[in-house]
Amino acid sequence: MQLTSKAKPVDRRPMSIWEKMYIPAIAKGMGITFSHIFKKKATINYPEEKRPFSPVFRGLHILNRDEEGRENCTACGLCAVACPAEAITMDAAERLPGEEHLYREEKYAAKYEINMLRCIFCGLCEEACPKDAIYLTETFAPANYSRQSFIYGKDNLVIPHPKNDPEGFAKAKGLVEERKAKAKQEN
Amino acid sequence: MNTILLQVDWAFVLEKFLFIGFIISISLVIAMYTTYMERKVAAVMQDRRGPNRAGPFGLLQPMADGLKLFFKEEIIPAFSNKFLFILGPSLAMITAMLTSAVIPWGDKMEAFGRTISLQITDVNIGILYVFGVVSLGVYGIMIGAWASNNKFSLLGGLRAASQMISYELAMGLALIALIMYTGTPSLKEMVQLQQQGYWNVLIQPVGFLVFLVCAFAECNRTPFDLAEAENELIGGYTSEYSSMKLGFYLFAEYINMFISSAIIATLYFGGYDIPFVDESTLNVNLAAGLGALALFAKILFFIFVFMWVRWTIPRFRYDQLMNLGWKGLIPIALVNMLITAALILFLNK
Repeated sequence: MQLTSKAKPVDRRPMSIWEKMYIPAIAKGMGITFSHIFKKKATINYPEEKRPFSPVFRGLHILNRDEEGRENCTACGLCAVACPAEAITMDAAERLPGEEHLYREEKYAAKYEINMLRCIFCGLCEEACPKDAIYLTETFAPANYSRQSFIYGKDNLVIPHPKNDPEGFAKAKGLVEERKAKAKQEN
Repeated sequence: MNTILLQVDWAFVLEKFLFIGFIISISLVIAMYTTYMERKVAAVMQDRRGPNRAGPFGLLQPMADGLKLFFKEEIIPAFSNKFLFILGPSLAMITAMLTSAVIPWGDKMEAFGRTISLQITDVNIGILYVFGVVSLGVYGIMIGAWASNNKFSLLGGLRAASQMISYELAMGLALIALIMYTGTPSLKEMVQLQQQGYWNVLIQPVGFLVFLVCAFAECNRTPFDLAEAENELIGGYTSEYSSMKLGFYLFAEYINMFISSAIIATLYFGGYDIPFVDESTLNVNLAAGLGALALFAKILFFIFVFMWVRWTIPRFRYDQLMNLGWKGLIPIALVNMLITAALILFLNK
């Protein structure tokens, strides 16, 4: 029963004398291998050259700030609930009257920890966050010597302050390219 | 006693010892960089780059590999025969080095008022000596396989041994045809005949092909590397070996490859003869030096051919391998021998 019109019957003819000798076929194969010496190589010299990541690449997490430098995260816990690997833990705290420039809303995360060994980089926390606070960026998780050092706290996760470190803030937000393009337009 | 000591030609003894040390160190260094060349050649044939991190262009990679093997733990299995376990790789290494004694590395040199021949010994049974020693190499594999106290190593070793023995026959038959033509098994005289006449590859092309295929089988190189193929038998006869004993086995294979290339170059491609150049018009030392360089260029080319074939052809299954050796190569070598004999009889009369 023919299931497809592209069927080709198997070639079961006995080998000709030319084919039985193997040597001509081997010589042809060796020619192909030799020509590959002069073709372009597929490997790049990492870490001197790196391949570009896609913009939606799920790498290390960051905690966002807004333009005035206030942390977005309100310790609502949706990311911790969404995480399938239970990698996120947090402690909430109430914003005191003198701290309006630090946090957006009255509740903030006093302690926010992500265990990178448990994290599976699925991005569900990013999807669950209602405050645009957690994002997954284009960095790989670097190697470390102890399990304790894989638990990233707020100092590793929060992006730089725009007033103290505008370059770092812009890079973290991905705005470096826009600023370069704008500078080129002005010049 | 004093007269015996006086009668010994100490300069000769010293010269030979120095030359032996020189040749052994050259073989080891060349085998070391053959491992580097293998990885680089394999890489460029597969659109990759090969090792380029250890030292400039990765040239210190063999040192790194050697150091790694030194630092690994030496494991000797509990129920193995300790003496034989250590003897196996040692035998493989010894027989690999012994064959380099009769290869003519160059013509005569003149220095310090003596003629120094660039060949450690010129035995007049040159090729037979090489064959004898290569056959002893089988012992290294068999003893290592048996002493591992491991059924799979034993099977791998048996396969390797039977493969080497079968292909030695065809190699010997191809050589008989060559010796009939040159009239002498001495390697030095073969090279001198090729210097004056044509290279033997033009006179014995079929013999050369048979010899080349058998050389692949003797060195356990693809397509005949079933004995040590990683995917088939994990390690084959080298499964239980670690650290420097494994290093010896692997290194002995590369030295074997180097020596086989040297033998092929000497027998069929003129040895230290530079083609189209008449060496008698040059200074003796210069001619000898250039000849040695020419020989090394040919050896390098053949080592490249070994690797080129390795990364082109898939390996033979064991029964296909034995079929090829017994039912394919031996008849071809026999027919080659008969035709050579007939032609010699007709053309000399």
